[in-house]
This record gives sequence, C-alpha cells and structure tokens, in this order.
Amino acid sequence: MVGIVGYGSYLPRYRIKVESIAKEWGADPETIKRGLQLYEKTVPGLDEDTITISVEAARNALKRAGINPKDIGAVYIGSESHPYAVKPSGTILIDALGIGPDVHVASYEFACKAGSEAMYVAYSLVKAGEMKYALGIGADTSQGAPGDALEYSASAGGAAFIMGKDNVVAEILFTNSYTSDTPDFWRREHEFYPRHAARFTGEPAYFKHVVNASNALLEKSKMKPEDFKYAVFHMPNGKFPQMAGKKLGFTKEQLEVGWIVPWMGNTYSGSSPTGLSAILDVAEPGDKIFMVSFGSGAGSDGFIFKVTDKIKDIQDKAVKLRDMLDNGKIYLDYGQYAKFRGKIILNE
Amino acid sequence: MISPRYHREIPQRYRLEAGKCKGCGYVSFPPRLVCPECGKNDFDLFKLDNEGKLLTYTIIRVGSDKFVGKTPFAVGIVELKDGVKLTTQIADVNLDELKIGQQVKLVFRKIQDEGKSGLHCYGYKAILI
Ligand SMILES: [Zn+2]
Repeated sequence: MVGIVGYGSYLPRYRIKVESIAKEWGADPETIKRGLQLYEKTVPGLDEDTITISVEAARNALKRAGINPKDIGAVYIGSESHPYAVKPSGTILIDALGIGPDVHVASYEFACKAGSEAMYVAYSLVKAGEMKYALGIGADTSQGAPGDALEYSASAGGAAFIMGKDNVVAEILFTNSYTSDTPDFWRREHEFYPRHAARFTGEPAYFKHVVNASNALLEKSKMKPEDFKYAVFHMPNGKFPQMAGKKLGFTKEQLEVGWIVPWMGNTYSGSSPTGLSAILDVAEPGDKIFMVSFGSGAGSDGFIFKVTDKIKDIQDKAVKLRDMLDNGKIYLDYGQYAKFRGKIILNE
Repeated sequence: MISPRYHREIPQRYRLEAGKCKGCGYVSFPPRLVCPECGKNDFDLFKLDNEGKLLTYTIIRVGSDKFVGKTPFAVGIVELKDGVKLTTQIADVNLDELKIGQQVKLVFRKIQDEGKSGLHCYGYKAILI
C-alpha cells in the first residue's frame, strides 16, 4: 500500500476583507462577494514566503508521520512564487528540518497545480521502490495586480504530504493527469504580476481540464461520484469548484469540507492540497476522497484516496487547517496590505 | 549578515542546534569549544526545544537600513525551556498585545534580505502561543 503517511498545512495569520480591497478601487463588494463567493483572504507576513510556509507545513506533516527526517529521499516544492529564480526552495527547507543531505530536491512550477505535481512525483518514487519516504509540498504567496480581479483571490498558504509504504493514513488508489497548451494565464520572466485572458480562464481552461481529468479518473477507477465521501477541486474562487462539482455530479455536501476558499482565498499551488488537508483533518477510516487540481497553461492532476484506520492516530498530532483558518486572525487595511505585499516603492 | 557568516550559522539559525557539556551539563547556544563552567571541551550536539517565554522586549520604530519599511516591530529576549536566552524578533503580533512573561515559540521566518539581488536570510522568530 502506498499513500500519505503524514500531512500538514500552514496559513499566515494576516487577512484582508473583500470590502477593504473593493473600497480602494471603487468596486462594489457585494457584487464581488456574490459573484466570486469570496469574503476574505490570507496575506503573508513581511517575513513569510513560499519557503517559510513550506517549512511550517512540512513540520506539521513530520509531527503527524512521526518518522526520522533523514529517511526522506526526495523533497519537491511546487509554487509559482519561489523566492529565488535560481536556487530551489527545497535546499533551504531540508536544512531547516534536518532532512538530507542524501536527498533529491527540486522545485516545480505549473501555475496553480505545481503542488499536486510535487505530490504525484513523490508518490510515484515511493511506489517505484526508489525510496522509503518522499515529501511533496504545494505553497504560494501569490500576487494579483492592483485593481485586477485576481487581487480579491490571490492569497498565501500551503500543505505538505509525506508519501510512504508503512503506516499509510490515506492510500492512493488511482491518479490521472490531463494537459494541453491553453494560454489562459502566464507570467513572463522578470515580470512582477501575471497576465490572464479574463473570461477565457473559465470554460476552455479551468472547466475543460478539471472536468476531463475528473471523467478520465472516474473511468479509470470504475467509480461514480456517489462512491466518495469528499471531493476537492482547485479553488481559484468560491464559484468555480462548486460549478465543476455540479457538472460532474458531486453534491454540495461532498464539497463542503474541502471548500475553504471563501475565507482563505486562492492559495494557488496550495489550493486543492490545503483543501485535502482540511478533509484529512476530519476523515474517517474507509472514506474515499476525490481530488483534482488545475494549473493554468494548462493542466489538471487527479487523485483518488482511500482513508485507512491509521488516520485517527495522527489527526490531533498537529494543528488543523480549520483552526488556522478560523482563529488568531489579524486584519489589515489596504495601506498595510500594500506595504506587506511590496506594492509600495521605497528608497533603496 | 554577509553570505559566508550566514552559511556558517545555519545549524543555529534554522535548527536551534546547541552544545551540552558532557562534564557539567552546561548548555551553550551557539555551541562553544570550551565550557565556561567547568573548562571541559567535550560537548553533545542537541536541538533546543522551540518553546519558551518572553523575558523582555522593545519596539523598534526607526529601523536600520535593511529594516526600513518593516517598522514598527518588536524585538525581545526569550528564555527557552532548556534555559537558553536569545534575542529575536517577535512576529505576527499586535504590538499593544505584548506582555512580559507571555509564552512563545520559535518559528522559521525570513530575517532580512542582502539588498535587492543578494541572498534571502532565514532564521527563527518568536510568535505568541
Ligand atoms: Zn561544563
């Protein structure tokens, strides 16, 4: 049996409400809240980035797995906001957590699905028998251009998953990926903010890939939506994953637990992984979980998990996603937010 | 914090590695070559517990060059459970909430940047628990 042996997530404490952003740009917050189903989002502290978020998430995953960090043979971090253009984020993480130096490290990038890529490769290496454990992380501190629709959603957070063969808490039964050249969202080298093709990001990008990847996964597994206790899709806003779920035949109840986006925002590479983390926090032995990510460019990775009876032993060993989402919030106004996100030009 | 020194201090800044004297149990952070208590030079390497309490603090309102744009922020002295005292920034806090004696834990954060094109330097900061 190969699957998740430890999982953990991390969200910054800072938040900004949709109202605070809308006011700045003369937009109507009620229209945005209704249209995008977003209320507030996480904001990274001045001293937080993809690396610090990954370290805290992986620390929680290690607490749950209870393994020796030296036994981890690979570390992959997926993000579209790696702090360095050249120097993998994982090099810093392994030294912080006492992993390696006998370890394979790489950074992944694929817009919002880099995290599920990291999970997929980590899982595949363990399954191939190359190593005992492998760590896959999705984390981001994404930015939307000021005044752009993405500014309401782009947030910060991440989740980490240790894959292994012993003491598996969620077995991976099936995986599937679906990819095509779809220019819905991109960022050129040296550009600060990404560009997107507005309405084109919906139907031919998000829905096409999520729905096709999901259908292929259902076909491969010979399962039906009603076979699953939970489902989680990439959450660019509150509305898209609900619509995708409905198209595929999943109910609101199946989506509810992993649907954390209205109060968290879109954590990009951390989006469906943090949703999965919220599901694992409350899952019962035997539950099946359906997860499909989406990354612009574009592609989707799908996973089917089956929770084992070991889950009960580890759920309380680290902080839960909903506890971080609901408690200890520090709200920022737009001015503080602009300072936190480096949107203000300072003297060198 | 220039690059070579930053690299040398990684075991302490990232992992809180300290030395415990095999002769008298004295804990030194960062590790030393000779024990200031008993003069022995034989130490066990061990990782400090990351929890402790805030002994005192001050609020920095005028930062040095590298901290322009980060002010105001708090810097405090924290005593860890192993008895080690260290100076650190206190992150994620409304400054008027801070009180001496509060329980804190050390987390992994970015400490500073070496200018616009240099290294990002990481290490520990305290947060309230
Ligand atoms: Zn001694």
